[in-house]
Amino acid sequence: MEELLQHLINGLSLGSIYALIALGYTMVYGILQMINFAHSEVYMMGAFFAYYTAKYLNLSSSPGFGSLAIVLVVTMVLCSLLGLAIEKFAYRPLRKAPKLNVLITAIGVSLFLQYFAQLVFGADPKVFPTLIEEQTLFTIAGAPIKSFDVTILVVSLVSMGVLHFLVYHTKLGKAMRAVSHNASVASILGINVSRVIAYTFIIGSSLAGIGAILVGIKYQKIEPMMGTMIGLKAFVAAVLGGIGSIAGAVTGGLILGISEILVVVYGSSQYRDALAFLILIFILLVKPAGMFGKNRIEKV
Amino acid sequence: MLKVSNLKVNYGAIKGLKGISFNIQKGEIVSLIGSNGAGKTTTLRALSGIVESEGQIEFKGKEISKVPSHLRVTLGIAQSPEGRGIFPQMSVQENLELGAYSRNDKEQIKKDYNRCLELFPRIKERLWQMAGTLSGGEQQMLSISRALMCKPELLLLDEPSLGLAPIIVSQIFEIVKQLNSEGMTILLVEQNAKQSLTISHRAYVLETGLITLEGRGKELLNNDEVRRSYLGI
Ligand SMILES: Nc1ncnc2c1ncn2[C@@H]1O[C@H](COP(=O)(O)OP(=O)(O)OP(=O)(O)O)[C@@H](O)[C@H]1O
Ligand SMILES: [Mg+2]
Repeated sequence: MEELLQHLINGLSLGSIYALIALGYTMVYGILQMINFAHSEVYMMGAFFAYYTAKYLNLSSSPGFGSLAIVLVVTMVLCSLLGLAIEKFAYRPLRKAPKLNVLITAIGVSLFLQYFAQLVFGADPKVFPTLIEEQTLFTIAGAPIKSFDVTILVVSLVSMGVLHFLVYHTKLGKAMRAVSHNASVASILGINVSRVIAYTFIIGSSLAGIGAILVGIKYQKIEPMMGTMIGLKAFVAAVLGGIGSIAGAVTGGLILGISEILVVVYGSSQYRDALAFLILIFILLVKPAGMFGKNRIEKV
Repeated sequence: MLKVSNLKVNYGAIKGLKGISFNIQKGEIVSLIGSNGAGKTTTLRALSGIVESEGQIEFKGKEISKVPSHLRVTLGIAQSPEGRGIFPQMSVQENLELGAYSRNDKEQIKKDYNRCLELFPRIKERLWQMAGTLSGGEQQMLSISRALMCKPELLLLDEPSLGLAPIIVSQIFEIVKQLNSEGMTILLVEQNAKQSLTISHRAYVLETGLITLEGRGKELLNNDEVRRSYLGI
């Protein structure tokens, strides 16, 4: 019983990390109807931004909430700048180009960043600095609750709460929802569509940065190729929930995270990565629009 | 107020507008009539800046053809687009608020808001409803109110009577007249030639991307060609 509880918590924290990254895919898709394949590399770069921030400020000598907050803020800012640059230099010039061109560009940006990171940071894995000390905070029904998992759950929950507020209770959020539904109508109401797109990239990239730090805390290892698998899984999570839907990305991420841990525990860890793709194939067959998705006919 | 010269729009190889010129004076209702595919919607899109166009668009003495669309709203051009363009997953109130997106004059926004609800009592009863659940007529009223929330000097209306019951159509034309009598300049695109020509000061007839006729509303109502092609008489 306590074991199951522990696995669930483990799955929940992995799932909330998937959810944070899935949100970036889903929000950009909602606004531009494109899959931003470079998103997983913004996440990877986020891990290195955090690594170097902690290293140069020597934050691992004083782990705790303060150090975590500093790394979070710096990483979010740097990831936002990276996301903005990608949008501005790679995607914006292609705003009116066919979708396929944009897709190929996104893959190109993704590869570029992977090899850029290998060149600059080195291909070997690095040990992520200790921002939170590993300890058991308390036990529920005999299951020890770890500081890592609590940190991950709290940070993700707060991030999602802030995102929800932003999207549903602010003027910017209203503009984002308007652009996502119909950009030309939004612009005849006075909404600066390019600016809303830029904000979407800022938000998505910041969430990827947060996700990267949480992964660093939990798994303590980062490397230039770390974005590929988690990016694919987060993408599957977004599709599972219904791409374009914020609630869908969160739900999809949690389902994927929990089922992955359960597969590892009760099945075999060999099937861990296969699971995501099984789920993907299953959704595409059964409910192509995802759980919260609208069955939108693709307009060409 | 508006002076358009040699306006052209190309959709790839398809010519949406082949060079049209027209003008609108302050305080006028001007109609643009024409059959399907004539280029009426294209004209409004070009005026709002959501399609690329060639030629000159002069608004209040300023050349605006290179001004991005969201800034044209600030200059005073608002549109209720073809198909109404409401946001179905937002409440009626949120839709209205989006009309005032680029404005900062809180007091005046509140006044305009109340004025819209006064003009369209049916909207007032449905502020919390999702806009997608409104009837067609109500959606049209919402679309017009939302454009009014932009506080325009020139209001562009794309087929406000499309698909509505005759009684609602008359109501909408009444409101257009009323807005105009309060000083609003209006460019009205319509298939419903009879009613639109009746309330218009002047009108232009558009055929496959070119203006073929122009004149006073009443004159065109009696024009043989207009009667044959657009009034079915
Ligand atoms: N996005 C587009 N791509 C290609 N062609 C277009 C596009 N939009 C309009 N057209 C073409 O331009 C021409 C003018 O279209 P427009 O929508 O302006 O007509 P309209 O006068 O508003 O017609 P209706 O009364 O049916 O609304 C048509 O031949 C149409 O097929
Ligand atoms: Mg039209």
